[in-house]
Amino acid sequence: MRSEVLYIIIGMALVTYFTRIGALALFRFTGVPTWLNRWLKYVPIAILTSLIIPSLLLPKGHLDISLNNHYLIAGIVAAFVAYKSRNIIATLGFGMSVMFLLKLL
Amino acid sequence: MQQSNLLFGKEQLAEETWTALRDCTPVMLGVVPFGITCGIMGLTAKMSGVETISMSVFVFAGASQFIGITMLGAGITGSGMIILTTLLVNMRHLIMGSSLSPYMIELPFPLQAILSFFLTDEAYALTISRIHKAKYSVLYQLTVSTMLYLVWILATAAGVVLGSYISDPLTWGLDFAMPATFLVLLIPLLANRISLIVFGAAAVVSVLAALNLPGKWYIIIACLTASLIGGLLEGDSKHAQ
Repeated sequence: MRSEVLYIIIGMALVTYFTRIGALALFRFTGVPTWLNRWLKYVPIAILTSLIIPSLLLPKGHLDISLNNHYLIAGIVAAFVAYKSRNIIATLGFGMSVMFLLKLL
Repeated sequence: MQQSNLLFGKEQLAEETWTALRDCTPVMLGVVPFGITCGIMGLTAKMSGVETISMSVFVFAGASQFIGITMLGAGITGSGMIILTTLLVNMRHLIMGSSLSPYMIELPFPLQAILSFFLTDEAYALTISRIHKAKYSVLYQLTVSTMLYLVWILATAAGVVLGSYISDPLTWGLDFAMPATFLVLLIPLLANRISLIVFGAAAVVSVLAALNLPGKWYIIIACLTASLIGGLLEGDSKHAQ
């Protein structure tokens, strides 16, 4: 392994670990403040939404709201199945099938 | 008495592990094409197999690895630039860490340190959804975390080995497994008016930010705005009662 690549990997690992343990390391000593607790309540919805929606609407990096956007079509089907079934296998099965069919067409 | 407690405990532990394995399987499926892509990108950037795989072992953060490898491939070996970009791309973990802090704060430090190393978007999504469905479980978090870690390393290695034989696996559409799984985790959370408003706000802000900002900033901006709106509305509705 080249030494400059090794240094880069170590640096990347350290800063990434900092982002992962930073909050917990701080709150270990201070406790989680109550005002923050109220804010944190909606973080799961906010994060999941911002992981899902752009990956369906901008799969190639630009906004694509059309029938050519397979991710969007399959995403709508998957959302419907997820809502009706609450089942991960069914959602994934239907979603991936739509994805596959659209590729064949 | 003590023994029956112990047995009951064991059975529960086995069940929790099984649930964790079942829940993370589809997410692992979604991780594979990204890991393979990561391995292939390493080859394209003229990195050795050991270098690419070491990055997956020690950094374990998909998006920032893609960016780091691309920068290395473009001849940017100034480590400061790559490390700073990595820090910015991964800032979103601070929010996820805060979100899990109330549950993890009582754990012994070594366990906190280990679980934190494994804190990815996917592990966070699964763990927080388990908390909403049942309750926080260290075993659940540890199981999904280590499984995702192993899959990431194996998929990277597969990309390095197979790289010269296969085309870009992200064109297969397998990466759709990730948003599809997240949908199943998200929808049960949308149970009241405030949740739907937070969802709408996060959707609009994340798309606008993704169009205008580099990297993963859209996640941070959308998450901060939408969850703040949720917190404020929650406060108002409490006062009104």
